[in-house]
Amino acid sequence: MAASVTAPGHRLGDTRRLLRALLPSLSLALVIAAIAWLNPRAMSYFGFTLMLNLAIPIALATLAQMFVIAGNDLDLSIGTFVGFVCCVSATWLRDTPWLGALALLGCIGVYACLGALVYLRNLPSIVVTLGMSFVWQGAAILLLPKPGGKAPGWLQAIMGVKPPLVPFPVVAAAVIAAVGYFGLMRTSYGAILRGAGGNPVAVRRAGWSLLKAKATLFALTGAFGVLSGMALVGITTSADANIGNGYTLLSIAGVILGGGEFVGGRVSPVGAVIGALTMAMAASPLLTFLRIPPDWQVAANGAILVVVLAARVLIGRKGSGQ
Amino acid sequence: MKRGMMTLLARPWLWSFVGALIMWLAAITFTGGYGGGGMLTAALSLSVFTVIVGIGQMFVITLGPGNVDLSLPANIGLASAVAMKVMDGSDSRVALGLLAALGCGLCVGVVNYLLIRALRIPPIIATLSASFVIQSVDISYGRGLQIKPPPGFADFTNIQIFGVPLLALLTLLLVAGAGIVLHRLVFGRSVSAIGQNIRAAYLAGVKVEPIRFATYALCGVLGGLDGALLAGYFRGANVDIGNEYLLASIAVVVIGGTSVAGGKANIPGVWGGALFLVLLLTMLNTFGVSAGIRLLLTGLIIVAVITAAGGAKAAR
Repeated sequence: MAASVTAPGHRLGDTRRLLRALLPSLSLALVIAAIAWLNPRAMSYFGFTLMLNLAIPIALATLAQMFVIAGNDLDLSIGTFVGFVCCVSATWLRDTPWLGALALLGCIGVYACLGALVYLRNLPSIVVTLGMSFVWQGAAILLLPKPGGKAPGWLQAIMGVKPPLVPFPVVAAAVIAAVGYFGLMRTSYGAILRGAGGNPVAVRRAGWSLLKAKATLFALTGAFGVLSGMALVGITTSADANIGNGYTLLSIAGVILGGGEFVGGRVSPVGAVIGALTMAMAASPLLTFLRIPPDWQVAANGAILVVVLAARVLIGRKGSGQ
Repeated sequence: MKRGMMTLLARPWLWSFVGALIMWLAAITFTGGYGGGGMLTAALSLSVFTVIVGIGQMFVITLGPGNVDLSLPANIGLASAVAMKVMDGSDSRVALGLLAALGCGLCVGVVNYLLIRALRIPPIIATLSASFVIQSVDISYGRGLQIKPPPGFADFTNIQIFGVPLLALLTLLLVAGAGIVLHRLVFGRSVSAIGQNIRAAYLAGVKVEPIRFATYALCGVLGGLDGALLAGYFRGANVDIGNEYLLASIAVVVIGGTSVAGGKANIPGVWGGALFLVLLLTMLNTFGVSAGIRLLLTGLIIVAVITAAGGAKAAR
């Protein structure tokens, strides 16, 4: 769906395009099939609730990452940012809700400013966000020097909802994907935002402010990062300054798995959420069932990424290369 | 005055040294002038490790937008373990261990390039994926590795001549060599040409792919060398030994005045940037701030410096 909106000029073969669009879902189906084969008992309401437990924060962080990637940038600080949000949620948001809410809104403001800064000074987003990752981690350690704190009760209640028939993480993932899809792919400003990454010159000549677009994309990243941190702390109930560190890599991998491209504003919110679910399932349940030692879990993440990208090359990317 | 400013602005790398000097002055003002020399010696020793990977990262970044090696930390970690295991604590095997570390780094560089070429994906994702795998190899390979470096090698990394670390002098040679490679050899000129306009470079007969291959391989080798030296200096290998060099290697390149858009490298700036980073940490340590504040300030100062030094001359 991304290709049809952003690049009407490209004519991929129909089968190719279909295969490519289906690749994220196929990867997820493959992982689920592997788990079902290894451990049929996992294929139940509780099995999925347990396996996808951490998928909600990962999906939100992935969507956060997707917004910066849509603008041709990369956020290497999302992991520590999620950790910082966890710490804020487990302390201020619980003890003095207005202060916590203010701090979290401030964070989104900081992200918007970063976007403006990156655009105005033409800075490499990798360096700026790498620097910011230290800032968030430092702030998190200041706030919560030792693991602890407690998530607000309402947050835990939300994350502990048990809807009938369909496990909560699946429902949540569907909602997140829908919000991302309609927000970015179906609204007119969403098209401008993607255009700011795809063809900034054209967007500027059409009279749109690239500065505003960039700031908006970064603010959206901040907003979804905040949601991700709150969801995470709602599940873990207590926080730790390093809790989110792995999310930087997971979120980038999720976006790429979901069919996102690094250049050209070509991203897919639905694909990103599916990619996040794949990473969440492949990262630990699958490996546990395969009896792969934890040492190799990170390698497995990398290998999955490489395999999917290789599959993408095999399907063929004629016409979509830059 | 105005002309002086213009000359300064024309040499962005000077700022990195000015920044380093300010950090040092701030630190010795705080201690009342005590330990200023020792601080410089320590800063020179530590900056060496950042300079070595910084040079590699500089060549990669000069290749053009999107080119960056995110696998350096994992590379350094693995090479440190390989070096220690091959040296096995014996002075007679130092050369062998160094070669093994260089070979290990070379492999990483080659794998990086192959991923970029074969999967046609941006280097950021390729090197990131590679770093996942390397990291796991390292965790598995280096588990419980307690081998100390050979005494001769450990001493070598700590030798000082009149307060100047021997490693710093050797690195000076490396930096001078890198300068010659960059400005005088076909390889270096080609790297800059590719960074300025890859298509023009290709049409002008630059062998784009071999040059890119060589650049990633070079960066890998320098990462391997750094791993071995770090293991010697800190007396032991460690999975996390290279972690801080992800930010550091990129930051020193940018602070040193190398264009992030590629095509314009700056060698002295890498050293200035490295000294700046190390002295910044030294200063914060002498102030005795907590870990949280130290991280917070390091991040803020890096972002501020990059805002001041980087970008701006964008062709938008």
